[in-house]
Amino acid sequence: MQSKVHVRTAINGEPAEFLCEPRQSLLECLRDLCNLTGTKEGCNDGNCGACTVEMDGRIVTSCLVLGVEAEGAQIGTVEGLARGTELHPLQKAFLENAALQCGICTPGFLVAAKALLEQEPEPSEARIRLWLANNLCRCTGYDKIIRAVQQAAREMKEARP
Amino acid sequence: MQAFEYANPMTVKDAVALLGASWTDANVLAGGTDQLSLMKDYIHTPKRLVNIKNIKELAGIRKAGGNLRIGATVTLDELIDNREVRMAFPSLVSAARGVGSPQIKNMGTVGGDLCQRPRCWYFRNGFGLLAQKNGRSLVDDGQNEFHAIFSQGPAKFVSASSLAPALAALGATVTIAGPNGTRSVDVASFFVAPSSDQQREVDLKPNEIVTQVLVPMSGAKNASYEVRLKDGLDWPYAAAAVALRMKGSTVESARVVLGHVGPTPVVAEGAASALAGKSITEEVAAQAGESAVQGAHPLSGNAYKVQLAKTAVKRALMEAVKRA
Repeated sequence: MQSKVHVRTAINGEPAEFLCEPRQSLLECLRDLCNLTGTKEGCNDGNCGACTVEMDGRIVTSCLVLGVEAEGAQIGTVEGLARGTELHPLQKAFLENAALQCGICTPGFLVAAKALLEQEPEPSEARIRLWLANNLCRCTGYDKIIRAVQQAAREMKEARP
Repeated sequence: MQAFEYANPMTVKDAVALLGASWTDANVLAGGTDQLSLMKDYIHTPKRLVNIKNIKELAGIRKAGGNLRIGATVTLDELIDNREVRMAFPSLVSAARGVGSPQIKNMGTVGGDLCQRPRCWYFRNGFGLLAQKNGRSLVDDGQNEFHAIFSQGPAKFVSASSLAPALAALGATVTIAGPNGTRSVDVASFFVAPSSDQQREVDLKPNEIVTQVLVPMSGAKNASYEVRLKDGLDWPYAAAAVALRMKGSTVESARVVLGHVGPTPVVAEGAASALAGKSITEEVAAQAGESAVQGAHPLSGNAYKVQLAKTAVKRALMEAVKRA
């Protein structure tokens, strides 16, 4: 068996590198090797979306990506949403709408919703629900999450020049 | 997950050379959405994993002769967004859209959609492709509501591919690269019903790679329709894809293919001949649906799929002729 692999990547715009086994998922590498524990492990099988991160501008479930595949890629995690102490409009809207309880699913929802709003600034409710179909929440019943995404969409629209 | 050696070749030739004579020597990694899941469950235990996503010749969609050439590592999202695909093959776009999750559409590839393993829960829980225990089928007396209504011998799982019915109806071919060069297989015959657990459900050897799909740009009107519980992430209960060569408003020839009802996509020849020479009306479409399910043998818990398959054929036909 081959030994560990040296992976050079970029996480939230900063160059990053880690040494991982080929069988370690990107999720494991982010959490255990890069100490970026914002990304959560839920089902570890692609169904729940808790581990959603951006990879080269597209959302993926990081439990189904190998750490070695991050070589040369641009990775975006929930840690990259806030600017310093200023929360992202989605993060504020989630707090204001109580769109989370236990919080395990929240980073995945935030990263997925951010990708939607960047692509479609004014999505319908049905569109938001379908887009977030691969992100499961067992606490809120989804309504508050949908309302938070709608509120963030409105606020981001108003903030645009 | 069992430890493995990771390989990241840049050419198809190198990738093929890294594969082996058995499925436990090496596996291919593309989108990873099924492969890594199978490895986590120890259903696949390759000693080497060959990433083919950095092979440039496997990427991209372009016209090639009278075909649209779709590279094996094109993602479902790229397929949906492609202008040529949208113009010529609405059936493919709609089938790819059915994979409801943006994450899976971003990761999952065309080649991977064809090569993904069945979702049969007996298979996924380690009972093998034919789900047998002491020579008896666990499916027959067990939980079989999502299994085949067109079993082929001992194979009672359903083909999981979303794109295969549409590609088969369009007369597409799969190009496969192996140690002795490349070969070409019709999508409809790429899927085979295994008669033993040692066989696979696709015509692919452990040392071969699907490199592209060629879809003839024949001008056939086409559509697909999936009957599903929800729009989100899941596989459909039944699906149908149709391609119609028209002369005015009359069908000259048709291809009708059912999905998720048999271990392979089911080519419904009866339905196709019932359509020839007719104009598509709701009644004609419903009759084609009836013809398509002739010969179905539901298991103890899935007779409902017969009605769903009929409806899928009817709706796919109505959708195909709705378009100008």
